Amino acid sequence: MTKRNPEYDFKWCPGCGDFGVKRAIELTIAARTTEMDIAFENNVIVAGIGCSGNLVHLTDGPQPFGFHGIHGRTLPVAFGIKSGNPELEVMIVAGDGDFLSIGAEHIGPAAQRNLNVTCVIMDNGVYGLTKGQSSPTTQFGVVTSTTPGGKIEGEVKPFQYYLSLGASFVASAFSSKPREMAQMIRQGMDYRGFSIVHVQSPCTTYNDNYDVLRGNAKKGIDPLTYDIPESHDPTDYREALRIAQDPGIPLGVLYAADNSEPLDERYSSLNSRLRSRDVDEMIASFAIQ
Amino acid sequence: MAATRDFVIRFAGEGGQGMVTASEALAAAAAQVGYHVMTFVTFPSQIMGGPTWSQCRVSVTPALSNGDTLDVLVAFNEEAYEVHKGELRDGGILVYDSAVFEVPDEDRSAMNVVALPYEELGKSTGNPRAANMVILGAVAQFVEWPEQYLEDFNVQRFTRGRPNDAEIVAANSMGLGLGRNAARESGFSLGELAAPDPPDYEQIIIKGNESFGLGALAGGVNFFVGYPISPATSILVFMEQNLRGEGTFVYQASSEIESISTIVGAGFAGKKAMTSTAGPGFSLMSEGLGMAWMMEIPCVIVDVQRGGPATGLPTKSEQSDLYMAMHPAHGDSQLPVIAPGTIEECFYAAMHALNWAERYQGPVIVLSDHMLSERVQNIRKPDPALVEVEARQIYTGTNGYKRYEGDSVSPMPLPGGPGAYVANASEHDDIGDTTHLPERHVLGTERRFGKLKLLEDTPYEARNTDNDVVILPWGGQKGPAHEAYERMMENGVPVGWYYTMFISPLNPKLLDELRSKKLVLVPELNYLGQLSSILRQHGVNAKSLTQYTGLPFKVADLVEKITAEVEAEVGSKVGV
Ligand SMILES: Cc1ncc(C[n+]2csc(CCOP(=O)(O)OP(=O)(O)O)c2C)c(N)n1
Ligand code: SF4
Ligand SMILES: [Mg+2]
Repeated sequence: MTKRNPEYDFKWCPGCGDFGVKRAIELTIAARTTEMDIAFENNVIVAGIGCSGNLVHLTDGPQPFGFHGIHGRTLPVAFGIKSGNPELEVMIVAGDGDFLSIGAEHIGPAAQRNLNVTCVIMDNGVYGLTKGQSSPTTQFGVVTSTTPGGKIEGEVKPFQYYLSLGASFVASAFSSKPREMAQMIRQGMDYRGFSIVHVQSPCTTYNDNYDVLRGNAKKGIDPLTYDIPESHDPTDYREALRIAQDPGIPLGVLYAADNSEPLDERYSSLNSRLRSRDVDEMIASFAIQ
Repeated sequence: MAATRDFVIRFAGEGGQGMVTASEALAAAAAQVGYHVMTFVTFPSQIMGGPTWSQCRVSVTPALSNGDTLDVLVAFNEEAYEVHKGELRDGGILVYDSAVFEVPDEDRSAMNVVALPYEELGKSTGNPRAANMVILGAVAQFVEWPEQYLEDFNVQRFTRGRPNDAEIVAANSMGLGLGRNAARESGFSLGELAAPDPPDYEQIIIKGNESFGLGALAGGVNFFVGYPISPATSILVFMEQNLRGEGTFVYQASSEIESISTIVGAGFAGKKAMTSTAGPGFSLMSEGLGMAWMMEIPCVIVDVQRGGPATGLPTKSEQSDLYMAMHPAHGDSQLPVIAPGTIEECFYAAMHALNWAERYQGPVIVLSDHMLSERVQNIRKPDPALVEVEARQIYTGTNGYKRYEGDSVSPMPLPGGPGAYVANASEHDDIGDTTHLPERHVLGTERRFGKLKLLEDTPYEARNTDNDVVILPWGGQKGPAHEAYERMMENGVPVGWYYTMFISPLNPKLLDELRSKKLVLVPELNYLGQLSSILRQHGVNAKSLTQYTGLPFKVADLVEKITAEVEAEVGSKVGV
């Protein structure tokens, strides 16, 4: 149930990190549309399947277009939407399972093409919607319903992964810091190229790691997250990789390649150079001489 | 002796020996002077080597099938000779290169054997590639063609504005002459081929996949992605080379899983989006097709059928994807299917499919097949004006629109315009939010099926339908079935003819007519008898004549089987 639709029958659990992400996205889209004089209806949110993807039904305020498809295919869908109409502002919202497990095969092609969309990935280190199974970012050794003896495979390290696949813009945010997150989403959307904002968005029901992420002095837990120093030059790929390999979870923009030329621009400049023939001329080219 | 009306020549050997080029060159030359031609190619999916063959039928009247037997077999090696010699008709001519292998003495009495050292003769012209010309020269002589046919063709085809054009043309011409001489010396002849009777309409010569591509462009496709797969690759290549201009997009996808989701995204954004694939890729699209059906998004998918499940028979002909075309996805759904039966129909099928997708707002499947895809044929020049291009109903009102309200098609909002909604692949309410209410699922399901009614008013062919027994072929086997039908008409076999390329939904009027028949025979290239079982679901007494060899029907087989069914039904011998 939402304010705008009493019939809608999905709810996030209290404390779920996805609330913060929703807020950050609403703020960013609203601010950006006004400041940059973009028509609101040019915004499209492509959602994955998971608790996270339900964000597309939960946004308050003016409604963007939404596409809530099938599990793991946000990138192909966004590829079709953005290439079909490059004027649109296309954002992906998906979970760690949707984006990094079943949909992982699409990250490389999107990065190589430099598809001009922004992906906001809600990483809770678990499959929330299906009730608590192991996900690619579930840490080694962790017990879940499908790893009752502890997970015996290593976890995906998202930042190393994105950087090695060639993503042009990679940022890291935390759902408890929505203002900083909003800034990063804004930068990602303004960036001309393939951008990923990977958000730590805890699942209070199946993997409550708030303490680990922000630390808890009373329990003697040091925070895993830390801010990337302002001195970091985001155009420095090697430095970005080094940060990605360091222990802990850096928050901020790791990488933003300069001279990025997105697919839609490359495509239209190529397309305008090629001669196009009308159908009658093409049919005539098969005439029997 | 009366002049022959058609002949079939087959080139058989190893991939890479130029067989396809030879049969296509013969087709082009014969079409140029007004004959009707049809080639047929089958090859392994490797690039070089492996048994390959290619053939060409040249006919005074339009060619409907490949032809059952061979008049000339050109065997490039011993294996090819052994495999194909059985199809050479009595009195047919075998051409082989005695430098490569020898025909056993005991075989020689059954056929006219011509040892033609085409490799060596080709080399003697100064251009080893003229070996094909040596063979074509001999073939033309066997049917007593005027020399000019091939000589003119040679000059036209090889005058390409390159510095060595004249040398190549001269060497080819010499090759043609050497072939003619060898044929004359052999003393064999197939009898004079009747003079061509050029049609009074304009023609083009084209492959099925190219015809489909042209039809798609005529139908307004402006977005295409695809992943290479035999026998559909040439549609992707055609689109990459021809889909151009403002507002168009064409791209090679990273998989068929990507292709389908991408065209659904593009359809959502307002494009006329399309992809092409074959069985294995079509299987991967299953979930995405269900998504398009559920979300009500126009898009077109062409499945160029190959043979068998899994990797199966990549380069053979079968019609075994009909069930999957209609029901590719889980849950209740039934997709519209158009199955063109000729190369000409490939053109119009593409146009209709794009129209259907826009009209009922959902995915449409075109079922082509290997045999249609790669063969070369001369056809009546397609006329785009025969099919009116339909545009989508687009929503132009204010915000707060209920996209999924009502029990049939409703105007579709496009991103960038008013009426923002969520296109939802989960069951949804009328604004597109997820719901699990029973009444919503009932409404949604009925709305999605109800829209199919918009596609039911389709044309079909019906001839001699006062007979109790009728045949109803479908897809690419229309040609052989039609040739069989004509032969049965000549034989006085009482059988009627029905045909439509609009396979799903079937026109209810057609179904009514079929239900009134004692027996509807469906020749189809699959094991299960897929179309006949669908017809039986509709209460039609249908029976399949199946074949699952990976090869098309032979006309004589169909005549024999259908005649036997008619005799069993009427209880006595029929025809002459
Ligand atoms: C093809 C397919 N396989 C499996 C599922 C079931 N499924 C739904 S959501 C999900 C995982 C969700 O995890 P994640 O993407 O991390 O999202 P979260 O719920 O944690 O936000 C799975 C496996 C499905 N819907 N479709
Ligand atoms: S299960 Fe976890 S991820 Fe899903 S809504 Fe609840 S807290 Fe959020
Ligand atoms: Mg998750």
